[in-house]
Amino acid sequence: MTMNRETIVNISLALLLLAIPLIALQLNSPFYVTLATRMAILALAAVGLNLALGLGGMVSFGHAAYFGVGGYVAGILAHHAFSGLPLDFGLFQVPGTNMMPIIWVVAILVSGLLALFIGAISIRTSGVYFIMITLAFAQMTYYFANSWPAYGGEDGLSIFVRNQFPGVNTLRPLTYFFICYAILLAALVLFAAIRDSRFGAALQAARQNEVRVATVGINANRIRLAAFVISGMITGLAGALYADLNRFVSPSMLSWHMSGEFIVLIILGGVARLYGPVAGAMLFVMFEFLLGGMTDRWQFFLGLVLLGVVLLARGGLVGWLAGRARHG
Amino acid sequence: MKKLLTAGIVGLSMSVSGLALADDIKVGMITTLSGGGAGLGIDARDGFLLALQMAGADNIEVVVEDDGQRPELAVQIADRMIQNDQVNILTGIIFSNLAMAVVPSAVQQDIIYLSNNAGPSALAGAQCHENYFNVAWQNDNLHEAAGSYANEAGYENVFIMAPNYPAGTDALTGFKRFFDGNVVNEIYTQVGQSDYANEISQIRDSGADAVFFFLPGGMGISFMRQYDQSEIDVPVIGPGFSFSQDILAAVGPGALGVINTSQWNKDLDNEANVAFVAAFQEEYGRLPSLYASQAFDTANLIISAAAKADIADLEAFRAALKEADFDSTRGDFRFGNNNHPIQTIYVREVVEEDGVLTNRIIGTALEDHQDAYAADCSME
Amino acid sequence: MSIALLLEQILNGLQLGVMLFLMAAGLTLIFGVMGLINLAHGSLYMVGAFACATVAAWTGSFWLGLVASLVAAAAAGAIVEMTVIRRLYDRDHLDQVLATFALILIFSEGTRWVFGSLPLYLNIPDLLRGTIPLPGGGRYQIYRIAIIAVGVAVAVGLWLLIARTRLGMRIRAGESDREMIAALGIDIRTLYTVVFAIGAALAGLAGAMVGALQSVQVGMGEPVLILAFVVIVIGGIGSIKGALVGAVLVGLIDTMGRFLLPRAFSVFMDPSEASLIGSAIASMLIYMFMALVLAFRPRGLFATAK
Repeated sequence: MTMNRETIVNISLALLLLAIPLIALQLNSPFYVTLATRMAILALAAVGLNLALGLGGMVSFGHAAYFGVGGYVAGILAHHAFSGLPLDFGLFQVPGTNMMPIIWVVAILVSGLLALFIGAISIRTSGVYFIMITLAFAQMTYYFANSWPAYGGEDGLSIFVRNQFPGVNTLRPLTYFFICYAILLAALVLFAAIRDSRFGAALQAARQNEVRVATVGINANRIRLAAFVISGMITGLAGALYADLNRFVSPSMLSWHMSGEFIVLIILGGVARLYGPVAGAMLFVMFEFLLGGMTDRWQFFLGLVLLGVVLLARGGLVGWLAGRARHG
Repeated sequence: MKKLLTAGIVGLSMSVSGLALADDIKVGMITTLSGGGAGLGIDARDGFLLALQMAGADNIEVVVEDDGQRPELAVQIADRMIQNDQVNILTGIIFSNLAMAVVPSAVQQDIIYLSNNAGPSALAGAQCHENYFNVAWQNDNLHEAAGSYANEAGYENVFIMAPNYPAGTDALTGFKRFFDGNVVNEIYTQVGQSDYANEISQIRDSGADAVFFFLPGGMGISFMRQYDQSEIDVPVIGPGFSFSQDILAAVGPGALGVINTSQWNKDLDNEANVAFVAAFQEEYGRLPSLYASQAFDTANLIISAAAKADIADLEAFRAALKEADFDSTRGDFRFGNNNHPIQTIYVREVVEEDGVLTNRIIGTALEDHQDAYAADCSME
Repeated sequence: MSIALLLEQILNGLQLGVMLFLMAAGLTLIFGVMGLINLAHGSLYMVGAFACATVAAWTGSFWLGLVASLVAAAAAGAIVEMTVIRRLYDRDHLDQVLATFALILIFSEGTRWVFGSLPLYLNIPDLLRGTIPLPGGGRYQIYRIAIIAVGVAVAVGLWLLIARTRLGMRIRAGESDREMIAALGIDIRTLYTVVFAIGAALAGLAGAMVGALQSVQVGMGEPVLILAFVVIVIGGIGSIKGALVGAVLVGLIDTMGRFLLPRAFSVFMDPSEASLIGSAIASMLIYMFMALVLAFRPRGLFATAK
């Protein structure tokens, strides 16, 4: 197999992200490890959104809901593990846990269920209505987390000690980076597999021409819903990782700004491109850190850059580096 | 803003002379300098820097960052300050939710956290920590004092209101803990709410003798302005936060005569306070608020501990902090077992002096008051 | 609960609804005519409020401030339309969302640059100070009644504009068939700028009027923007009538929910718990209502033909 330009760009991006923390440790500035971990997690969240938005053409303006719910799963399970009291569902009780693998599975399941519920209603609409209804559902979860008295409400919930992964010390920043990085790579493999599968082909076909898909006897809405649920699951997993990175969850993970940021990451990197979210997250976090260090007004310049990208540089960073996509 | 400040700090460390006794102390100040709560953070920062300047403490270096009142941003700043700037002490956070995001993990990394404002109940009881000192109050304190005042004023039916978040529920719980009368209605508003027509209509209809409310920052300003416009004659009482110097001008004449409770006021007659109020006015051209006084005390606490112990010896430094051997602007000040203050809380009234709205002390609400959670803390 | 209180709460709901209508009318008009989804509409609301506060502080007159808010928001709208928005009409909604999201960042940070982070306060004009008695013994603020009156006047004015004037005819033509109005020789670029400026001016007016009640600060437009989106989605995007009905419904549901739910819950709960949980659910009520409407009518209550 010959490598095309996009593959080379993708491999370089993956290596670059891996190199940041290693170089940082050589230079004795551990904070860059945290930054790189943030990049990996935000990229993972955006890989999830990219599945719905990039491949499926579903512009979800509410992916913060899954991100936040994943975060709350981590926070709540850790909270119960710490206090020793089980979660009480009335009929049955569930103990808390501080084991990451279990937390991840629960985060994936819960955010998947939420995506199934929201998706089932939202997918009936299209265009602006879809954007707005996903936003509205995310706002609902935001206000719920904000004002429900259990689990901290607006104050959020602290995870006092980062959750554990068998056999390694997750408190070491580099170890935690590797965990997040590995999950990101796994999600990218999954994304590529879906994109190149029959399911993925049908999903992309449904985006481009719904009528044609319907005539071949495929239920476009069912395919979209499945993609939407997987998308929510990946973003939910990212939320659980993000909670452990910050050792804190709060309703701000569910805010519409967060949903907007995910869209920004994808557009910055390149819509529907495999490594678009990775490039976008790396750019965004670097931009935030470097400009934020130079000026308190960095959001102003971020706005200008975004505007420039939308108006002039369509295709994002990967599109610019690797040329136009083969997959429409 | 940040550039200007750094310049100020550089200028400050160059202008003062004197030898450092021990290792230099690096303090990270995370506070709210933008958004609706900016007034509080600005006063805290100014009070803190003023204390260092007055003491000529050139062995204490300060980095100040704006958290924008966003918990996730505060966490990132704390990570950066601990990992990159290698600070020894963190301080400055105004809001309880931000404190809850930052404090528990910071104190576990052997960082001393000195709270100059937020005092969430979660950090005062079973989860108290030897590296965490609260130099302001536990959140419930001023509300408890308001409840006690309401008894004294003879109010029997009180309408109470706070935002729907933990500090809000703490506030109403604190009020009810000391208030013996009847609560006619208990309302939780949305955090960040800016229109209170709904609640004001309910107050008008309730037949209450008084309204107790806790709405920090911009929320309180909006409420008081709208309350004044709606011409209801039910008197209002609140914690000192709702009528602190930084917001009185914005609240306007509607605040005149309102009773509020505070552990500090600018007319407290002790040497440290007189010097503080005069220096603050001279340096910044405005009257200090309680936030400024708390941060001023926090800085002086650090200075007093630094004179006794080396920050490298954390245990000794903690012990020096716990002695609280500094001249507080509040007069008497000491720490209880849970590293939270035991202090007197006063009753203040909003008055006009030389055309400026301000507070004066009219009595004492609670003497040598300690918070209700201290017993749950296992520290001695 | 007395009749007076109920009446006051209905007025409160109407006042919120009318304010939302001023925002939603512009949003829905812009979507109906140009097919553009504009997240930066809340920024124009903020621009109006800041213009009013600044001019009122300079001149001492709230009325001049109100005029300034209309002018400043319309001008800001026209400039943004000519420089940025114009390039987005042919793009998909994703690009529109992102570009107008970028505009929010630029407007918010830019305003903070000029005016600082501290909120400004605007005083209600003396003419509208005070309260009037209501039947049943309650009282209501004159200023809030004035807001309701302005909202009703704007609704009537918009209806006249669209139904009776030449500009209105062009707007209606633009909504139904874009190619046709170009064929009729109407300068479509100017028409779009004018429509955008009208929408902006309405948002600016809302910002100024609400600014006097609350406070004028960066980011004040965002919560209102989201509510206004809920309104137009419920009403049917592109429909002014839908915006009006949606706004009043949202205003009333939100106000009544926050007022009645805690009371309803206290029937079978401890009052303190009831208040907490009641207000938690009340804060989600309008979103639930929106989901319900869309589940049955995916294009809103008054869907346009398109």
